[in-house]
Amino acid sequence: MLNTNLKHIETEQEVKEVLESNENVMICCGRMGPMCIPVFSVMEDLEQIYPHVTFRDQDFDIPAADIIRNLPECALFMGLPFTVYFKNAKVVAATSSIQNKDQVMEILDREFGK
Amino acid sequence: MGNVDMENVVIAGAGPAGLTAAIYTARSGLNPLVLEGPVPGGQLIVSPEVENYPGFPEPISGMELMDRFRKQTEQFGARFKMEVIEKVKKVNDIFEVDTGTGRIETGTLIIATGAEARRLDIPSESKFYGKGVSGCATCDGAFFRDKEVLVVGGGNTAIQDAVFLTRFASKVTIVHRRDYFRAVPAEMEKAKSNPKIEWLIPWVVEEIIGANTVTGAVLKNRETGKTQQIACSGIFVAIGHDPQSEAFKELVETDKNGFILVEAGSTRTSTPGVFACGDVCDPVYKQAVVAAGHGCMAAMDLEQYIYIQRRT
Repeated sequence: MLNTNLKHIETEQEVKEVLESNENVMICCGRMGPMCIPVFSVMEDLEQIYPHVTFRDQDFDIPAADIIRNLPECALFMGLPFTVYFKNAKVVAATSSIQNKDQVMEILDREFGK
Repeated sequence: MGNVDMENVVIAGAGPAGLTAAIYTARSGLNPLVLEGPVPGGQLIVSPEVENYPGFPEPISGMELMDRFRKQTEQFGARFKMEVIEKVKKVNDIFEVDTGTGRIETGTLIIATGAEARRLDIPSESKFYGKGVSGCATCDGAFFRDKEVLVVGGGNTAIQDAVFLTRFASKVTIVHRRDYFRAVPAEMEKAKSNPKIEWLIPWVVEEIIGANTVTGAVLKNRETGKTQQIACSGIFVAIGHDPQSEAFKELVETDKNGFILVEAGSTRTSTPGVFACGDVCDPVYKQAVVAAGHGCMAAMDLEQYIYIQRRT
């Protein structure tokens, strides 16, 4: 159970729906641990600044997280959280482990525009 | 800038020091606001097992211990915001606290921001972060099942991480720059008696090798200068911590290493109304139980400060 202010994705259906109905999506799949919480916190901060991006988090240990965990782009990842950026439901970027605000913004600006 | 909230007490940090200060000030009716910072729970949440915190005869995970701290704090009515302080300015008798998302004003401030983990500071470390390099064994250990890993460091965290990682890894090699360890004997004994753990001292990591993920490291012997390449899939870095005092450097005095200076026997800083506790001002002990005690001191020093302010 993730204790964040972000909207959570809990089922595979929700993953599909959020990708089908939004052009720009960032999903962070992790746990309430020291590597993941800072990324969730950055996403909460950026929700206001990037209204054209849909921000979601997902518990790494639920079955629906298979969609993120099994992405080819995450095959080599060995650090939580797995953070994936989608444009029109296609993966355009993915990162493993802790990221700071500047690193996240660099990807958001590059892939989705300011 | 929109509406600015005025607070009585702001506590920066939600580790053992900050939450203890919050318990005491909340219980005294001071209605504290805790700004949790980047990692609520502090450094302790990466500890797989805590077995020296009084009152817990069975080992408890750092995450669970801090969860209990938080529940106890909430019971007394402390409020929480997941905010990181960027700067604090004193204007007359008010402290203006700037966070990334807004400003909070407060009459008093307790700084309990703790310390953040050091990195190796070699270019290849950031390249492989999340792809073999990690700073959290409890978070990422399971990705290294049946693989060989290095743990860099010689303190309690490094030795605990090494023992924890033997649950997953086929071999754990501890790489330490000195020929002595800071870890306590009890932790050292556990590691020494673990057949999966090997030792390389006094060696340092010079370079991390790999294409997409870590496949090895170049190590250098600090005495002989000799280098060697070692194969591994993971490198866990636990080489100590630096105080998180950057946001307060214009507000309070620090020593040359960034530790906030407090009056001997108290938590009062160089600025009246600002108190510091825990690892952000403790270059020596760096223990959760010390931080908790220090948090209690900060709350009591603050209460006395408010009492005197109200009388004058």
